[in-house]
Amino acid sequence: MAYSIVEKCVKCHACAPACPNEAIYEATLHFMVDPKKCTECEGDFADPQCASICPIEGAILDGYKVVANPPGSLTGIPAEKFEEVMAEIQAR
Amino acid sequence: MELKVLGQEQESSGCSSGSCGSTDDQLSHLPDAIREKVHNHPCYSEEAHHHFARMHVAVAPACNIQCHYCNRKYDCANESRPGVVSELLTPDQAVKKTMAVAANIPQMTVLGIAGPGDPLANPERTFETFRQLSEKAPDIKLCVSTNGLALPAAVEELSKHNIDHVTITINTVDPEIGAKIYPWIFWNNRRIKGKKGAKILIEQQQKGLEMLAEKGILVKVNSVMIPGVNDKHLEEVSLIVKQKGAFLHNVMPLIAEAEHGTFYGVMGQRGPTHDELQTLQDACSGDMNMMRHCRQCRADAVGLLGEDRGDEFTMDKIEEMDIDYDAAMIKRAEIHAAIAHELEQKQKQPKESLVTLSSIKKETRPVLMAVATTGGGVVNQHFGHATEFLIYEANTTDVRFISHRKVEDLYCSGGDTCGDGETVLSKIIKVLDGCEAVICSKIGYEPWSQLEEAGIMPNGEHAMEPIEDAVAAVYKEMAESGALDESESNNELATA
Repeated sequence: MAYSIVEKCVKCHACAPACPNEAIYEATLHFMVDPKKCTECEGDFADPQCASICPIEGAILDGYKVVANPPGSLTGIPAEKFEEVMAEIQAR
Repeated sequence: MELKVLGQEQESSGCSSGSCGSTDDQLSHLPDAIREKVHNHPCYSEEAHHHFARMHVAVAPACNIQCHYCNRKYDCANESRPGVVSELLTPDQAVKKTMAVAANIPQMTVLGIAGPGDPLANPERTFETFRQLSEKAPDIKLCVSTNGLALPAAVEELSKHNIDHVTITINTVDPEIGAKIYPWIFWNNRRIKGKKGAKILIEQQQKGLEMLAEKGILVKVNSVMIPGVNDKHLEEVSLIVKQKGAFLHNVMPLIAEAEHGTFYGVMGQRGPTHDELQTLQDACSGDMNMMRHCRQCRADAVGLLGEDRGDEFTMDKIEEMDIDYDAAMIKRAEIHAAIAHELEQKQKQPKESLVTLSSIKKETRPVLMAVATTGGGVVNQHFGHATEFLIYEANTTDVRFISHRKVEDLYCSGGDTCGDGETVLSKIIKVLDGCEAVICSKIGYEPWSQLEEAGIMPNGEHAMEPIEDAVAAVYKEMAESGALDESESNNELATA
């Protein structure tokens, strides 16, 4: 099993040095996890490091392709509130 | 390099042109060693910021905490606020860019690393940049701005790199309040949320501050004023950080717009008004040197504070430049000496107009005025070209710098979607709220009449004069015309 980084990644670099297995590398569009190297931090840390430092909700998926940091979990902004305000801005 | 420290020879009777009179803002009471370090640093000396430029290199993308006023997703070229950049640089690119800017803008004295994340959460990139620069460009001052979480662990390394200025952003010393500002931190390999995380952050900030002070490294503390969250608390913060050795406190207004996608922006948290900010800065100034000229610049800003010449120094343009840094250093030293000399001369001149201010009768009320300038400490900008105004307060005994106010939609000057149909002029009039005069080098007929109508007297008669002299002269005119008698002010307030 391995974590993965998807297109929401903003390339902030935080995860790469945090990874104990040097499994994370910078690709053209976003950072990527080498699934052959990823151990989900088992044996090294209690929590997977990339998912624990990543500031972007939805950018990292766990081994079951489930979003590690769902909407609202990091910013504290309730997901509905965020959608509502963004829709308001669009309508201006 | 031996540059003379300004204003040192004079006793307190002298009036430095940057911040006159008896306010606590001036640096004149600081020890010589500290003034030597700050006299040409635009972010630390109000005087210096009219003449010397700074730049930030965006080498530090990662962050170890989340702040409710920050959103790591956006890069808008039209936006100007901390944490925003257009082009992330490697240390090698940053060194090249810094040397190119230093050669082309010789009055650039300071290189700072401020993000877009936290410099100390990217220690390898940050210190590699500092290492190379202290070797290749020893005439540039290096400084760093941090949230403080990783500071204690970095103090030793910082002290090795000729870094004598560090800014720590400290918004609170109370974990309860901290939990309302910082949703989480990354610490000892875990994401820690809420009060627990805030407590660790606060402890590390305070510890870092003490360690730096012990090493003799100058510390400025930045605080973001968030109405209803930490506004009442920041006076206490000011006292505590001063006790622990910070030498300057910079209270900045919260920047929060829904468009920024930040927690505060989306949740509708408002920033402080000009008045609220000034009142808090004044309240803190009883205990602490306050900085009032901060422009809250981008993490890749280049130029004098208030201007951004970053577009002239994109990596593709820099690649084509051929920089002879040894030659540049000679030119830079000459220009720095010339500015120092000019400032020294300015200090020696008798302040005729200011002296006569004291002849005005005592019950004359103080006045706020806006000044248009492109730098150099003189009135030299056309009203229509001003993207920001410096605000000064004149009273019967002195003229003091209060703040700057940006013109455009405050933090975004981008496309049509940003405007709401309001004319630029009516926006400017709103921005100048509370000011009774605007001093510029020139002004057109139409804005003249509209400003007058709004109770703001335009004045284009002091072009190229030192700002304080011009403000004093206009104040004197107003006072002599009787416009500032106390009874008059009540009438004006009623009609405003």
